[in-house]
Amino acid sequence: MKHVKTTRRLISTAAMVGAVGLVLVGCSSGDAAESQSAAPVAGCEDYGTYGTFTDNPNVAISSTIVDTEADNLVKSWEQFEKCTGITIKYTGNKDFESQILQQAQGGTAPDIALFPQPGLLASVVNTTGKVVPAPDSVVANIDKWWSADWKGYGTIDGTVYAAPLMASVKGYIWYSPADLKARGIEIPTTLDELMADTEAMATASDNPKGYKPWCAGMESGAASGWPGTDWIEDYVLRLNGPDVYDQWASGTTKFNSDEIKKAFTGVGDILLNPDYVNGGIGNVKSINSSAWADAIAPIAQGTCSFYHGASFMAAQSALEGKDISENGDLYAFMLPGTEADANAVTGAGEFVGAFNNDPATVAVQTYLSSDTWANNRVKLGGVISANKGLDPANADSPISEQSVKILQDPNTTFRFDASDAMPAAVGSGSFWTGIVNWINGDSLDSVLSAIDSSWPAS
Amino acid sequence: MFELAVGPVSRALVPLVTRGVSESHWWDKWLLLAGGVAVFIAVIGIILFLADKSPKKIRDWAQLLVFVGPSILLLLVGLVYPAVRTIILSAFDDKGTTFVGLSNYLWMVTQPSIVQTLINTVIWVLIVPLASVAFGLAYAIFIDKARGEPVLKSLVFMPMAISFVGASVIWKFMYEYRGSELEQIGLLNQILVWLGFQPQQFLLNSPWNTFFLIIVMIWIQTGFAMVVFSAAIKGIPNEIIEAAKLDGANAWQQFRNVTLPGIRGSMVVVLTTISIATLKVFDIVRTMTGGNYGTSVIANEMYSQTFIQVQPGRGSALAVVLFILVLPIVIYNIRVMRKQKEIR
Repeated sequence: MKHVKTTRRLISTAAMVGAVGLVLVGCSSGDAAESQSAAPVAGCEDYGTYGTFTDNPNVAISSTIVDTEADNLVKSWEQFEKCTGITIKYTGNKDFESQILQQAQGGTAPDIALFPQPGLLASVVNTTGKVVPAPDSVVANIDKWWSADWKGYGTIDGTVYAAPLMASVKGYIWYSPADLKARGIEIPTTLDELMADTEAMATASDNPKGYKPWCAGMESGAASGWPGTDWIEDYVLRLNGPDVYDQWASGTTKFNSDEIKKAFTGVGDILLNPDYVNGGIGNVKSINSSAWADAIAPIAQGTCSFYHGASFMAAQSALEGKDISENGDLYAFMLPGTEADANAVTGAGEFVGAFNNDPATVAVQTYLSSDTWANNRVKLGGVISANKGLDPANADSPISEQSVKILQDPNTTFRFDASDAMPAAVGSGSFWTGIVNWINGDSLDSVLSAIDSSWPAS
Repeated sequence: MFELAVGPVSRALVPLVTRGVSESHWWDKWLLLAGGVAVFIAVIGIILFLADKSPKKIRDWAQLLVFVGPSILLLLVGLVYPAVRTIILSAFDDKGTTFVGLSNYLWMVTQPSIVQTLINTVIWVLIVPLASVAFGLAYAIFIDKARGEPVLKSLVFMPMAISFVGASVIWKFMYEYRGSELEQIGLLNQILVWLGFQPQQFLLNSPWNTFFLIIVMIWIQTGFAMVVFSAAIKGIPNEIIEAAKLDGANAWQQFRNVTLPGIRGSMVVVLTTISIATLKVFDIVRTMTGGNYGTSVIANEMYSQTFIQVQPGRGSALAVVLFILVLPIVIYNIRVMRKQKEIR
């Protein structure tokens, strides 16, 4: 009897640990060798410089990019993989920003990371020292294809670490061409004209119910408030010029300074004026409760005329199926400066940093910094790049095409999204909440000093 | 367009196919898996067998070690170590390298927005358990032995089955606001308009917005309280109730002197369980306001500070405070349960 009991006990425990074992082994499986033929394939003329690898190396890339954008990314290097024999393993992860630092410290970083902000690249470089300087072939590409502004964002203490990848241009004012035509309003060329147009629209006698000239939304889940930081950045750059902008982004010019206050006041003239906002939705406070991308919808209903948003608005589902062109459903003009023909714009983009300099990693990095890649990716739609070798005709919409031209124009003063360059406690924290509180009725002074006091010491 | 849709699929399939025709086979993985499981079972089996067959003197100890050991190990790795590490981190700066003493705690009580967060947490933990218990108990008593009791019970219990995030999204629609000259799309504001009032920004206007968030939590937790109380009420012996009736007790006296003492144990369990859940509330605040407009609570602030603003020191300090607040409730709960065991 004794041994029967023992056996039964053994079987049941075995079944239990077996189940656990299944889970454990399931986690560690995968990662078997990939094999792909490195034989020359047709259409490899552009890829000769990257060499061919007969040992079929793997290169792991990770970034925040997921879904359709990730599929397009993978497509953009399919031909490269075929021609070089390199297999690129891409992982898109929405928590990339919070994980890459730990991965780098723990030695589990991918071969290549696409950093969505130069600030993050800098903090990974400075705290871990695991990012390797860009190889010569990449530096050569950067010098050839990118402007000095863009090179600077991937350069830390004089060493070039990363080449730019894609880009977006911020500060577009979206409108309905038919609406503006009916109102007899021309595209404003200065900020004063913009305000005069706004006033004319607000006081027009035949406005529909609930109409206000501007519509805006700050709601974006945990990141609520970021669309407002874009507004402020645009005004700081246009009212104070690039030098003040740089000092502000690095923390030497305080939020509570006259320059930055001027920018807040300029934005507040629109966003805090109950006669100017929030078209089709409600009062000033309703800006906070409106989802940022959905807030553009009232333009189509005729209850709002202007919406401030970046070039990537075109890829948002709120604009799906809309004809975005000069005479279509929607179009956009660049937020003007104090003078006509101002040429300062803000924007954002990704940066390609590597954690080793294996030949295959270098080849992928070099390819991603080339004009070949930029054209391949932009052709697939949805994004643009500041790469000077990019043919604007490859852009998928007139706005994208216009953005590419702005980025490639040697006269353009480009500045990277300042909140991305600020420490996370400000750029992803108090600046966002400050905007939300300001819209919600807190006084400007209290908001600005709260942001200043949250700036980390050292 | 076709190619675009098929691209990712074919990419996933190609390696499998090429691997199939080359030297390695697709079943290698499964053989490896089976082998791994077999080895694992064998090792564990041998350990258990040896524990059972060990010399009499140490058998009790051996068995204890084999069965309790893994749990203790997991507790150490999953609970004790993180707790100690969090406490240590809370005394360091944002890089976790410089010792800053209690300055993270000092920051907490000097920053107005964090003080607001602490106050909000207290408001939550005072209102939610009491309101949930009151509504749950009242409902349980009124529907007790009523016709269609199971249906009435399921109706109130149903919100329990909805995730906090799901419930928050539902209630966000309820509170949705449009300007007074536009058509309302939120139910509550439509009712206000029908009654001739101005539509309100329920989630933006401090301090009342905290209470509109609390309603969501009560809506979820009332069902839990109701089900537990309903079962406890049915557990009160019929003889006692009959005796009370014979003695001429009215409904209130019956409730006060028979029902309430009969469900005291359940009351403590429900109150403490909901209190702990409320102290840790995160999803509702995160989903509905993101902690803006003065509605943040400790758990939400802890997350924001640690993972979004990259201030692990401050986040850890908040975690420690949360831990200290939960502790007395847990201790009380355990003590009451022990006492009840002694009585039995």
